[in-house]
Amino acid sequence: MGLGLGVMRTIEFLLLIIAILSAPVLSDLILSKVERRIDLTSQIARIASTIKAENDGSSSVSEILLSIPEVQAKNLAYLTAKLVEGKGKAKTSGVALAVEPANPKGMPPALSFYTMILPKPLANGDSVTLDVLAAFTHSLRPFPEKITQADIQLVVFQDTAHYLSPYPVKVQSLTLKLPDARIESYTKLENTKGLGSEIKYGPYENLPPFSYSPVAIHFEANQAFAVARELVREIEISHWGNVQVTEHYDIVHGGAMSKGEFSRLDYQSKPQIRGASAFKHLVAKLPPRAHSIYYRDAIGNISTSHVRGDSKKTEILIEPRYPLFGGWKTAFTIGYGLPLQDFVFESEGKRFLNFSFGSPMHDLVTDSITLKVVLPEGSKYLSVSTPFVVQQEEEVYYQFNALAMLMEPFMLITGIFFLFVTCIIYVHVDLSISKSSASYLAKLQWDDVRATVQQIQNTVNQCLSTHEKLEASLRDLSRTGDVQACKAARKATDGLLKELSKELKPLISFLQSSPPAAHILPKVEELVAKERELQERLMAKHSTIVDSYEKKLGGRETENRVASVQQKIVALRQDIEDLMEYIDEI
Amino acid sequence: MPPQTMSAKTDATIGVNGTAKSTSNQAPPPMALPANLKSDLLNKLSLKSFKLKTKQQELLLRVSILFLVYVLAFITRLFSVLRYESMIHEFDPYFNYRTTLFLTEKGFYEFWNWFDYESWYPLGRIVGGTLYPGLMVTAALIYWGLRFLRFAVHIREVCVLTAPFFASNTTLVAYFFGKEIWDSSAGLVAAALIAICPGYISRSVAGSYDNEGVAIFALLLTFYLFVKAVNTGSLTWSLASAFGYFYMVSAWGGYVFIINLIPLYVLVLLITGRYSVRLYIAYNCMYVLGMLLAMQIRFVGFQHVQSGEHMAAMGVFFLMQVFYFLDWVKYLLSDKRLFETFLRITVTTTVGLAAVALGVGTASGYISPWTGRFYSLLDPTYAKDHIPIIASVSEHQPTAWSSFMFDFHILLFLFPAGLYFCFKRLTDATIFIVMYGLTSMYFAGVMVRLILVATPAVCLISAIAVSATVKNLAQLLRTKSKVTQGGSSKAASGSKASSKALLDQSQPFQRNGAIALLLGVFYLLSKYATHCTWVTSEAYSSPSIVLAARGAHGNKVIFDDYREAYFWLQQNTPTDAKVMSWWDYGYQITAMANRTVIVDNNTWNNTHIATVGRAMSSYEDEAYEIMRELDVGYVLVVFGGVTGYSSDDINKFLWMVRIGGGVFPVIKEPDYLVNGEYRVDKGAAPKMLNCLMYKLCYYRFGELMTEYGKPPGFDRARGVEIGNKDIKLEHLEEAFTTSNWIVRIYKVKPPNNRW
Repeated sequence: MGLGLGVMRTIEFLLLIIAILSAPVLSDLILSKVERRIDLTSQIARIASTIKAENDGSSSVSEILLSIPEVQAKNLAYLTAKLVEGKGKAKTSGVALAVEPANPKGMPPALSFYTMILPKPLANGDSVTLDVLAAFTHSLRPFPEKITQADIQLVVFQDTAHYLSPYPVKVQSLTLKLPDARIESYTKLENTKGLGSEIKYGPYENLPPFSYSPVAIHFEANQAFAVARELVREIEISHWGNVQVTEHYDIVHGGAMSKGEFSRLDYQSKPQIRGASAFKHLVAKLPPRAHSIYYRDAIGNISTSHVRGDSKKTEILIEPRYPLFGGWKTAFTIGYGLPLQDFVFESEGKRFLNFSFGSPMHDLVTDSITLKVVLPEGSKYLSVSTPFVVQQEEEVYYQFNALAMLMEPFMLITGIFFLFVTCIIYVHVDLSISKSSASYLAKLQWDDVRATVQQIQNTVNQCLSTHEKLEASLRDLSRTGDVQACKAARKATDGLLKELSKELKPLISFLQSSPPAAHILPKVEELVAKERELQERLMAKHSTIVDSYEKKLGGRETENRVASVQQKIVALRQDIEDLMEYIDEI
Repeated sequence: MPPQTMSAKTDATIGVNGTAKSTSNQAPPPMALPANLKSDLLNKLSLKSFKLKTKQQELLLRVSILFLVYVLAFITRLFSVLRYESMIHEFDPYFNYRTTLFLTEKGFYEFWNWFDYESWYPLGRIVGGTLYPGLMVTAALIYWGLRFLRFAVHIREVCVLTAPFFASNTTLVAYFFGKEIWDSSAGLVAAALIAICPGYISRSVAGSYDNEGVAIFALLLTFYLFVKAVNTGSLTWSLASAFGYFYMVSAWGGYVFIINLIPLYVLVLLITGRYSVRLYIAYNCMYVLGMLLAMQIRFVGFQHVQSGEHMAAMGVFFLMQVFYFLDWVKYLLSDKRLFETFLRITVTTTVGLAAVALGVGTASGYISPWTGRFYSLLDPTYAKDHIPIIASVSEHQPTAWSSFMFDFHILLFLFPAGLYFCFKRLTDATIFIVMYGLTSMYFAGVMVRLILVATPAVCLISAIAVSATVKNLAQLLRTKSKVTQGGSSKAASGSKASSKALLDQSQPFQRNGAIALLLGVFYLLSKYATHCTWVTSEAYSSPSIVLAARGAHGNKVIFDDYREAYFWLQQNTPTDAKVMSWWDYGYQITAMANRTVIVDNNTWNNTHIATVGRAMSSYEDEAYEIMRELDVGYVLVVFGGVTGYSSDDINKFLWMVRIGGGVFPVIKEPDYLVNGEYRVDKGAAPKMLNCLMYKLCYYRFGELMTEYGKPPGFDRARGVEIGNKDIKLEHLEEAFTTSNWIVRIYKVKPPNNRW
C-alpha cells in the first residue's frame, strides 16, 4: 500500500528519469564517495551529505554543481556547503563555501542546480571533501490525507536511493533516520537494510551521472507539524535602552487534515492516543535577559504560557488557546523587550543592529516572513546586510545622534509649557466682547473695590507691624532702661501711624462712593475704627508704662495701671483679626 | 466674656509674681508679660506674610481635592485591568467595540450607512439607523485626537478606558452641580462620593465600554446645565443644556428620563407658584433646540413629535406659552374679574384643544402609544406578563434591598437626611434635585440597572447631608476653638484646665458632642470608602468573558473558555459560516469570532429569537429542519456542568421555551416541567431529556467524572446526576468543546443522500 499511494508522484519521477538519461555528462569531475544521511525525525527533512570529489580531467575545476529535482527544490529551505579539512578522525569542517543558484546549459529541465565555488581551483588528480547540508520543508506528505482524532498520522517521504548528480559517483550510501515509531513500509532495493528506526540503502558503486532510483518511506510521525503561514517580526529600537520585538504568527497544523468529530472527552482522558497527531504547545528560545514578555492574540491575552530563563537563553513555552489538530489554525502575537547593549553596537560613528533573522520557535516551518526594523526618529544613512545563507543573522547599519532621543521629552515639556502659558494669558487677557455692558462695568467696579479692600488690608497690616515696634521699644526699655530712646520710638511710630491713616482716608472714601462695596463697607469701616482704637490704647499703655518707669514704680503697680488697657488691647487685636479674616472671605 | 477676663487676670498676676521672684527689685518688672504676648504675635505675623490669602488657600485646596478625586475616579476603575487585563467586558460592549472599530476604519459615512449582514441572518441589521452613536463617535474622536497628537494607541485601549475617563469627568460635573444647588463644599463631597460609588462603578469600570458609561456624564451634565439655566435665566446656559441633551440623546436611550423629568419639574414649579421668566427661557430654549438637535439622531428621528413618551414635554411646552400669555393678559387687564373670566375660557379651550389633538393623534396612529419598555417601568409586573424577552434579562428584574445596600451603602441613609436639608432650603435648584432623586429612586426600585440613573442624585443629595452636617459641627468647633485660642494665648503658664472648665460650664457637652459626631461622620465615610473599594475590586471588575475562581490551594484559576471557543470559530470555520446560539452570545460571536449569527443582543426581532428558542427546545430532527431553513452551520451552547458555572444555557433554557412558545404555540412550557418543577435528572420531563438543548449540553457528559465520589455525569452547576446519559446525535456532530466544557460547538451535518 505504501507505494501505491503516490502514483502521480511516481509518474513525475519517471518522466524526470527519462529527461535525465538524455542529458550530457559534465566536466571531468568524479565523486569518489558520497554519504548521505537524511534526518526525518521532525517535520523538516535535513539531508547531510559528505561528498568527496576528484578531478579526473586535464583542466582545473573551480566549482562543483549540486543538482536537486525541481519537485524538491521548491521545498528547499536551507543549503550550505563547507570544506572539510584534515583526514580521518581529525576531520574538521572549515571554510564555508559560497553556494549560488546556477543554470548550466544543456541540463535536463526538471533539475535545479546550485554551484559551490571552491576557494582554490582543484588541479588534476586532487580531491576535496565537502559537507553539504540541505533542509527541506513540506517534504513529508501526510498519507492518508485525512484522519480522525483517534488515528495516528502517517507520512510519506520520497527521494532517490542513488545520489542524483551530474557527475559519476563511485561509492555511495544513504541512511534515513526516522522517528522512534512504527514504519508502515519502505521501498526495498538491493542492499536495503532496516535497523530499528534507521533504513540504510547502499553502498552502491560506480553509477553513471544522473542515476536515479526512487524510494518512498511511509512511517508514523506524530511530532508537531507547526507551520507559520505568515510571520511578521517587528524590531523596534529605542535608544533609551530597549529593543522591542513583536512577532505575529499565523500558525496551521500542516499534517494530515482532521475529519469527523473532535471529542474533548476523548482528548482529555487519553491525549496520547486520542490526539496523537495534535500538538498543544510550541517552544520559543529567546535571547537571554528578555523581559516584558507577552503572549496574546486579536481578542486578548492568552494565559497559558511559561517562561524559564537562564544566563544563556530565555525559553518560553506557549500553548495556543486550543490543541491544534491537522488543518486547524491559530494566530497569536508574542512580544518581548531586550537590552539595547546586547544587540546594538557602535563602530566608527555608525551604529548597527545585529539580530537573528528567523523565528525563535523550535521546529516551526515558516512559509513567509516579513521583518520590519523600526529605527528611532532621526536615524540617517541606513544600510542593511543580510547574508543569510552563510549566517542566520542580519545587520542594520545607521547613524543616530544621541541628542535626537531627547526630542520626544522635549516636545512633551514644550507642550505642557505652552498649556500653562495659554492658561496665564487666558487669565490675564480681557476677553469680553462688549466693553460697555452693565455686567462688564459692574465687574470692573467690583475688581476696583477688591483692589481697594486689598490695599486697606495691607495698610492695616502695616499699622499692626508698627504697633509691634512700639511694643519692641517697651521691651528695650525694660532691658536698657533708656527712657529717651523709648520716647523717641513712640514719636516715630506716632508719625508713621498718622501717615498710614492718611493713606487710608482716600481708600475709604472711594469705597464709600462705589455702590458694589455697600455690603462690605461697614465691616471695613469697623476694621479701620478698631484699628484706630487699638492705636490709641497702645499709645496710652506705652505712655503709662514709660511714665511709671520714670516714677520708678514697682512692677505690680505698673501692672495694675496697665491691666485694663492691656485687656482692651487683646480684645481689639482679636476683633481685628476676625474682621480681616471675614473680609478675606468676601 | 467673663471667663476670658478672669483667666487673663490670673495669668497676669502669676506672671508678675514669677518675675518678681526671679528678678531683684531693681529690674523693670512689667516687661515679662508684653514680651510673651509679643513673641506670640510676631510668630503669627511672620507666618502670615508667607501664607496665601484665605481665598487663594481655599481655591488651592478645592482644586487639589478635585484633581485628586478626578484621578481617584479613574484609577479605582482600573481594578479590572489589574485583576484581569485590558479587555472589553460582557456582552453589549462587544458590539460597541465592533462598531467603533468599523467607524475608525471606514469613516463616519460608511458607519452611518452600515448594513450589517453578519447579524440577524438572513435579515441583517441596519446598524447606522438602529444605534445610539454617541459612544462610538466619542471613542473615535478620542482615538483620532490621540493619533493626531502622535500617541500611537490601539483603539481597544481607548474603548477600554472611555468609561473611566467619563466617570472622572462626571465627578467634575457633580462638583459644579453640587455647587449650584448647595455650595462648593457640598459639590466637593458630591464629587468624592460619586467618584467611588459602586452603583456607578458597576457600569463604568475599565473595559465596560457601554452607552451608560458616557450617558451618565451626559445626563448629569444636561441636568446641571438646565438647573444653571433656570437659576440664571441665561440663554447661554439653556443653549448649553440643549447641547448636553443632544449628546445624551446620541448616547443612550435613557434620554427619555430627561425629557420626562424636566417637564415634570417645570410643572411642579408652575404649580407651586415658582414660575419665572428664567424658567420660561430655560425650558423653551432647551426643549425646542434640544428636540431639533435630537431629531438628527437617526435612531430617534421624529419620536419627539410622534411618540407618546415624549408628549409630556410638548404638553408642558404649550402650557408654558399659555402661562406666559395669561401673565401678559393679566398685566394688560386691570379688572380682576374680567381676567378671571378670561382665564377660565382660555384654560378650558387649551385643555380641550390639547385633549382633542392627543386623541386624534393617537387614534390616527400619528402619535405612537407607549412602548412596552416604558410600560414596564411604570408597572414592574408588566414585562413579566407581556414581554418575556425583557423579563428574561437579569438586569431588568426589580431591585432587591441587598443590592441597594451593596450599591449605595451609607448613601442610603444619608439620602433622606439630604432630602431634609433640601426641604429646609427650598430653591428652584433643590426642588430639581429632590425630584430627580425621588423619581430615579423609584425607577431604581423597578429595575436593577436603573440604580445607575439614581446614583448621581443619591450622591448629590447625600453630599448635601454630609456637607451641611459637617459644616454645622465644624462651625461649632471653630467658634469654640477660637475662644480657647484667645485664652491660651494669654495663658502664659498653666491655668488652661481652669479656663476649660469655665468654658464647659457655659455650654455643657456641646463641644464633645460635636467632636463625637464629627468622628462618627468620618468613620462612616471611611467605611463607605472601604466598602466601595472592596466592591469594585471583588464584584464589579470581572469581565465575565474570563471567569476566575479560587483553586484548592487558594490560587487563582482562570477559565478562558469563551475566548477559546470564539477564537476557534474564527480560525477554523468557513468565513461565511452561520452560528446559531442563544441571543446572549450574539454580539460576542460577531465581534470575537467574526462569524454571522442568527440572533444577537439587539433583540429587535422577537420572532427570530423565538425561532431560535423553538429550535433549541425541539427534538433534534425538528430542530434540524429549522436549522436547515436558517442555513445554520454551527450551533454553540454554553454549559456549566463541569465547572459549576451557573449562568449557562440549561439554566436559561426555560426562557427559550417561554419566548419560543410565545410565538410558536407548539412549544409548551409545561412539557418541560415536572409538577411545575424544572429538573434535568432522571425525573425530568421526557421532552426536556430529548430536546436539542439538553442533547447538545450533555452530549457524552454521561461518561465524564466531574467530582470525586459522585457518579459519572454529575452536573456540578445543578448538583444532580443527569437523566439522559446515552445521547446520540444524528444531524449534528461535536466540532469543538473548550477545555472546561463551558462552550460546546456542534457542526450541522449536510443532509444525507437520498438513497
